[in-house]
Amino acid sequence: MALELLYFAWVRERIGRDGETIEPPPEVADVAGLVRWLAARGGGYAEALGEPERLRCAVDQRFAPLDTPIAGAREVALFPPVTGG
Amino acid sequence: MIRALVTAGPIDAGEELARLEALGGGGVASFTGVVRGGDGVTALELEQYPGMTQAAIEGIAHAAAERWPLLGVTLIHRHGRLETGERIVFVGAAARHRAEALAAAAFLIDWAKTRAPFWKREWLADGSSRWIEPRPEDETSAAEWEASAEHGRP
Repeated sequence: MALELLYFAWVRERIGRDGETIEPPPEVADVAGLVRWLAARGGGYAEALGEPERLRCAVDQRFAPLDTPIAGAREVALFPPVTGG
Repeated sequence: MIRALVTAGPIDAGEELARLEALGGGGVASFTGVVRGGDGVTALELEQYPGMTQAAIEGIAHAAAERWPLLGVTLIHRHGRLETGERIVFVGAAARHRAEALAAAAFLIDWAKTRAPFWKREWLADGSSRWIEPRPEDETSAAEWEASAEHGRP
């Protein structure tokens, strides 16, 4: 099923786009797997996503741990830790 | 009254305080965050997650209203480019007594820093910019409110 990806802050800058629609392969089960699969594209993806411990994510606009399954999700956002306030 | 906004426009702190003071409580507490200068910083840029950021700000305001008996809660956070000295965030709480108002205001800013999707970039006088890294103590402050809720305290 199609999945909307959104990128923010330096994740967006390194990848060079603010989002895309993808069809993840069946072996990609959770956000961490998605990050590894995207990073394997190399280039800006590897630069942005090569250190998953520096990333945070939201699944369908809710903060979620990286081991959250993506089955049934419509939107996954990848970004650095937030710095509001 | 619950007033939770993400806005590109300026924040009128006086007007926001007046709204809270008009609610009939005995105390209003607030915190205003201002874009800090120094270290060559000329401006800040705040990126948001359209949709999720507004929902998160509303959720934080409602969480404060559930924790304390408040007459009013205000949480306003800007996005976009801000010059040094501009207000970046305003939180306020009105209650019958000061303790609830003060605690709620501290909670609102602690959670706004760590529970709302914003990312800050500093612009420097030489035209370069850098993303700000989170401060570990911000997460510690926010987490303490969760721990206090688990122990049955407000």
